[in-house]
Amino acid sequence: MNGGKRLRDSILFGLGLALMMAALYMVFIYVPTEKNAGIVQRIFYFHVPVAWVAFLAFFITFIFSILYLWKRVTKWDAIAHASAEIGVLFTTLVLITGPIWAKPAWGIWWTWDARLTTSLVLWLIYVAYLLVRSFATESARGARYGAVVGIVGFIDVPVVFIAVSLWRTQHPTAIIFEGGLTTPMLMTLVVCVVAFTVLYVLLTIQSANLKAMQANIERLRNIYLE
Amino acid sequence: MHGDRQVNKVFTRIFAIFWKDVLTELRTKEFVVSVLVFALLVLVIFSFAFGARTETTELVAPGILWVALTFGGVLGFNRIFAVEKENSRLEGLMLCPVDRAVIYWGKLAGSFTFMLVVAVVLTPIFLALFNLPLFLPRLALIIVLATLGFAAVGTLFSAVAINTRARDIMLPILFLPVVVPVIVAAVKATASVLADKPWSDMLTWLQIMIAFDIIYLVVATLVFEFVVEE
Repeated sequence: MNGGKRLRDSILFGLGLALMMAALYMVFIYVPTEKNAGIVQRIFYFHVPVAWVAFLAFFITFIFSILYLWKRVTKWDAIAHASAEIGVLFTTLVLITGPIWAKPAWGIWWTWDARLTTSLVLWLIYVAYLLVRSFATESARGARYGAVVGIVGFIDVPVVFIAVSLWRTQHPTAIIFEGGLTTPMLMTLVVCVVAFTVLYVLLTIQSANLKAMQANIERLRNIYLE
Repeated sequence: MHGDRQVNKVFTRIFAIFWKDVLTELRTKEFVVSVLVFALLVLVIFSFAFGARTETTELVAPGILWVALTFGGVLGFNRIFAVEKENSRLEGLMLCPVDRAVIYWGKLAGSFTFMLVVAVVLTPIFLALFNLPLFLPRLALIIVLATLGFAAVGTLFSAVAINTRARDIMLPILFLPVVVPVIVAAVKATASVLADKPWSDMLTWLQIMIAFDIIYLVVATLVFEFVVEE
C-alpha cells in the first residue's frame, strides 16, 4: 500500500473515531429523553444509521456488480463482495436492535410489517450471495455468480417492499415519529448517520483491499506454481 | 423484410432448444412425474400439518397450494440445467452458434411449460381435496403469471446452481427469497378467487406479478450470458 492510501486510511480512522465518540456523547448525554417513548427510544440513534448503512452497502454491491461484469476489474469485484459482507453484518444488527426496541415500544418482538419483512428478505438474499460465492467451484466463477445475485437481488428490494406493504397494511411508523423530531434529536441522528457511514467506508476499504490481495496471491500462485 | 427474417430466426432457434427439451421430457417424463408426485405429497403433508378442515379451508388452502407449487418448482428447476451436465451436454449447448439469451429463452420455455403442466394437473386435485369449485378461470390466470415468474428466476438460478458445490441446496437458497413477492401475490390473489370476491380485489396482486415477470424476464435475459460464460 502506498503512502497516499495509508494517509487516507489514517484520516478516515481518526475521523471515524472522533465521530463515534461524538455520537456516543450525543446519544447518552446531550439528547433529552423522549417524553412518550422513554429511555428505550435512544436505540433509535443506533438502529436507523445501521439500517441506512445496510441499504447503502447493498446499493454499492449492486453498482460494483454491474461495473465488474462490464469491465472485469478484480478490485471492483472485491468492493462488491466486501460491501455485501458488511451489508449482511449491518442487516443482522438491524434485525437484532429492531426487536430489542419493538418489545418495550410495541409489546412484541416482531411484526410482519413491510420494513421488517423487507429487511429479513434482504438479509436472506445477501446470505445467499455470500453462500454462492463460497460454494462456487472456482473463485472467478464465484465473482460472476456473486455479481449476478448482487444485481438480481437488489432489483427485488422495491418489489418485495411493495408486495409486503400491501400484504400487511398496518404501519407502526407513526409511533416512532409522533410529534416529529426536535432539533437536538435530529442533530444527534445526523451525527450518528455520518459516523456509521464513515465506519462503513473504512471497513469496506480495508476488506476490499484484503480481498484484492487474496485474489492477487491466488493469481500469482496459479502462474508460478502450476 | 430483413428484420422480419432475423426475428423469425431467433424464434426458430428458441423453439429448437425448447423442442429438444420437450422431446427428452416426452421420452423420460422425468420432470413432470417427479415434480407432480412431490407437489402432491407436499399438499397432503401440509393438510395434515395445518389440520385442514372445511371451516379452515379459506384460511389455509391458498397457502397450501402455493407451498406445493413453490417447493415442486424448486425441485423441477434444479433438473433444468442439471440434466445438461450429463454427457457434457451443456458444452454442446454452449457451442450452438446462437446468442446466450436464446439459450436462456429456450430453457425458460421448457421449464415454464413443464411447471404449467404440473400446475394444471395438481390444481384440480387440490380443488377437489378441499371441496372447492373445479372451474376457476381466474385461478388459471394467477397460475400462468406466477409460474412465469418462478420459471424466469428458477431457470437463471438453475444455471448458477449447477456449477456450485452442494447444488441441490444452492438453488432453493437463491430462489426462495427472490420470489417472495410472487408467493405473496399468488397466495393473496388465490384467496380472493376462492372467496369469490370481485375482479378488482385481486387486480393489485395481478399487477405485482406482471411487473415481477417483466422485470425478471428482462434482467435474466441480460445477465444470463455472464452465468454461462466459459
